[in-house]
Amino acid sequence: MAEKFDFIDSAKYDFKDPEKYAFRTPKGLNKEVVEEISRQKQEPKWMLDIRLKALDIFLKKPTPTWGGDLSALDYDSYTYYIKPSEKKGGTWEEIPDNIKKTFDRLGVPEAERKFLAGLGAQYESEMVYHSIREDLAKKGVIFLDTETGLREYPELFREYFTKLVPIEDNKFASLNTACWSGGSFIYVPEGVNIDIPLQAYFRINSEKMGQFERTIIVADEGAKLHYIEGCTAPQYSTLSLHTGVIEIFVKKNASVRYTTIQNWARNIYNLVTQRSMVEEGGLMEWVDGNIGSKLTMKYPSIYLIGDNSRGKILSITFATEGQHQDAGGKVIHKGKNSASTIVSKSISRFSGRCSYRGLVKVIKNATGVKSSVKCDALMLDEQSRSDTYPVMQIDEEDATVSHEATVGKISDEVIHYLTSRGIKESDAQAMVVMGFIDEFAKELPMEYAIELNRLIQLEMEGSVG
Amino acid sequence: MDALKITSLKSSVEGKRILEGVDLTLKEGELHIIMGPNGSGKSTLANTLMGHPGYVVEEGQALLFGEDLLSMKVDERARKGLFLAFQYPLEVEGVSFSHFLLNAYKAKNGNEQKMDPKMVISFRNELKKNLKELGLSEEFLKRSLNVGASGGEKKRLEIVQALTLKPKLLLLDEIDSGLDIDSAKLVAESIRKMRKENISALVITHYPRILDYLEPERVHIMAQGRIICSRGVELAKELERKGYDWILKEYSVN
Ligand SMILES: Nc1ncnc2c1ncn2[C@@H]1O[C@H](COP(=O)(O)OP(=O)(O)OP(=O)(O)O)[C@@H](O)[C@H]1O
Ligand SMILES: [Mg+2]
Repeated sequence: MAEKFDFIDSAKYDFKDPEKYAFRTPKGLNKEVVEEISRQKQEPKWMLDIRLKALDIFLKKPTPTWGGDLSALDYDSYTYYIKPSEKKGGTWEEIPDNIKKTFDRLGVPEAERKFLAGLGAQYESEMVYHSIREDLAKKGVIFLDTETGLREYPELFREYFTKLVPIEDNKFASLNTACWSGGSFIYVPEGVNIDIPLQAYFRINSEKMGQFERTIIVADEGAKLHYIEGCTAPQYSTLSLHTGVIEIFVKKNASVRYTTIQNWARNIYNLVTQRSMVEEGGLMEWVDGNIGSKLTMKYPSIYLIGDNSRGKILSITFATEGQHQDAGGKVIHKGKNSASTIVSKSISRFSGRCSYRGLVKVIKNATGVKSSVKCDALMLDEQSRSDTYPVMQIDEEDATVSHEATVGKISDEVIHYLTSRGIKESDAQAMVVMGFIDEFAKELPMEYAIELNRLIQLEMEGSVG
Repeated sequence: MDALKITSLKSSVEGKRILEGVDLTLKEGELHIIMGPNGSGKSTLANTLMGHPGYVVEEGQALLFGEDLLSMKVDERARKGLFLAFQYPLEVEGVSFSHFLLNAYKAKNGNEQKMDPKMVISFRNELKKNLKELGLSEEFLKRSLNVGASGGEKKRLEIVQALTLKPKLLLLDEIDSGLDIDSAKLVAESIRKMRKENISALVITHYPRILDYLEPERVHIMAQGRIICSRGVELAKELERKGYDWILKEYSVN
C-alpha cells in the first residue's frame, strides 16, 4: 500500500498495468462506435440521439487554432471507449484485482479512509468504484457515476445534462457529448453541508486512449460541497486524449468548490470544458492546478446570474520542457452586486509555456459588480514563455473592475538570503516557488499541499547544478 | 584556533574592484569591531565572506576555523557555522518566517528530509523564546519573511535567527543602525549572551555606543577596501570625538 496519497510524484504514478479489458471499441470515432458505446451502456434512446447529434457537430467543427498547437491531434488514432471490467463496486473487494492494485499503489483507498466523504475512481472509460459516507447518503446526497445517475434519476439528470455546456458549445464539448463515459453525478439536497471533500480519481492506463468523463453537480439551496478531482496516467511515447465536460449548478445561497489537481503524463492532450452557474447569494470556486499534460486548454467559467452571487477562480499552471498550459478563467456577471476574483499564477521553465486566457464580462444593468483579476507569472529561465490574453467586456458603468499582471523571476538576492542560512539552493528555489503559489496551496487540503510541496522540491532538484 | 583568518583578500562587484587586499585575524571567542567611512567596503567584506554571487573574489584567502571558506557553497558556509546579519535583510513573500527558519534549522542539524517531531517542538519553543527576548510578538512566526516588518524589527529578526541557529561566527553588518534605544539594548544583550557560549563575532558599526556593551577585543578601521589599522577600544572613542579625517591622513589615505 502506498504510504501517501501519491498522485503528484510521477515516479509513483508512472506504471502500466497489463491491458486486460472486458470490451473496447475499434480505433477511431464514427456512428457505429457511438452506437456501440450507447449499447454497452444500455441507455435510453434520447441519449443516443443526443450523442449522434453531437457527433455530427463534432465532425463538422474545425479544430480550434487560437490556443495551443493541436495539429498533431489525430482523431482516428484513438480508442474512444474501453470498458475495463464488467464489474463496478461500492466496496474495493468487488473491484478486479489488477485495477484495485493500481489504485492501492496510488494511495486512493487510503485517502478515502482518512479524509474523504466519498470517492469515485475511474479507470479508462468507466467509473469502477463509487462510494459515499452512509450518513450523507441518508441525508439524500447523491454521489454516483454518471451512467448510474442517468439510470436511477432520469428526470433529474435530464434537467441538467447539457444545460450549461450545450452540445455545440465547442468542438471538444461536442466530442465529449458524443462519446461521454464515466464521471460523477452529484446532487446535494437543500441545506445539506458536506464539510469534508468528495473526490474522484481519474486514471488512464492504455496507450492512445481517449477519456471523456462527464460530470454534473447540483447544489440545491443552501447546500455546500467540495469536490476534488485528481488525474494521472503512465508515460507513453504516443499522445492520449482527455476531454471532460463539467457542469455545475449552484442554487440560491449554495456553495461549491471544485478542486482539480491535474498531473496527467506529459503526453496527454487535456481539453476540458468546465462551467458553472450561480444563483442568488451563491458561491462557486474553481481551484485549478495544472501540472501535467502535454497541452492543457481549460478555462473554468462562472455565470453569476443571481444577485449577490460570488465566484472565485484560483489557478496555477506549471509548464516545463515540452508542455503548454493554456489556462485561465471566465466570469460573466449578470446578477446585481455580484463579485468575482480571478487569481492566476504560472510557473514556466526549460522552455515550457504558460498562457493565461481570461474573460470578465459585465452585462448591462448588472449594477454594483466587483471583479478583480490578478495574473502573476514566474519564469525560471530565459527560454520559457508566458503570455496573458485578458479580455474585459464591461457594458455597465457601475462596475468596479481591476486587472493586475506581473512577470518575474526568482531573484538571486532572495536565493542568497535563504541559502545563507544553510538551506540548499534547490530547496531555496522550491521555497520561493511554493511562496509564489501560496495563495493556491493554502486552499488545498493539507495532504495535497504536502504532496505539491514535495513535487516542487523534486522538480527544483532537477534544475540546480 | 582562529575563527576567521583573512589574507590579502581582493574582491570586485560588477567588474569594479572594491576590496584591495584585506588582512584580518579573529581568534575563537573574540569579538572585533569594523568601522570606517561610508563606501569603504565593510559590507563588501561581509558579503564576500558569505559568498554573495555578485561579489567576485579576485585574490586572497579566508579560513573559517581552518577550513577554506571561499571554495564552499553559500549554504555550506552557513552549515559550517557562519552567519551574516545583513545590513538590509530582504523580504520574501509567501515564505513564512517559521517555515523558513525551520528549514534552515533542519539543514543545520543535518536532518533535511525528516520531520522528527521532537526536533520540531524544541525548535518552536526555542524560536518563541528568542522572539520574546528581542521584544517581538509571535505574530512574526506566521508572517512572510521580513515582509512588512519595520527596519528595526528586521534587524531584531536577524538576531532571532542567529540565536535560533546558533552559528559559530557572527558577522553583524550595522545591526545597530535603525534600532531604538531599548531595542539596541536587547540586541546587545543577545550578543553578550551568545558570546558567553563562545561565539566569535565581527561587528560592523558606525556607533561606538554599542561598544560599551560588547567589550570588543579589537577595533579595525577600514578605508578604500583595506583595513588600515587595528587597535584597542579606545580608538573608537577617539573616532567618535574627532571623526575619520585625522586617521585617514595618518595612514595616508585620501
Ligand atoms: N552591488 C553593488 N553594485 C555596485 N556597487 C557596489 C555594490 N555593492 C557595493 N558597491 C560599491 O562598493 C563600495 C563599497 O560599498 P560597501 O557597501 O561595501 O560600503 P560600506 O563600507 O558597507 O558602506 P556603508 O557604511 O555605507 O554601509 C561602494 O562604492 C559601493 O557603491
Ligand atoms: Mg555597509
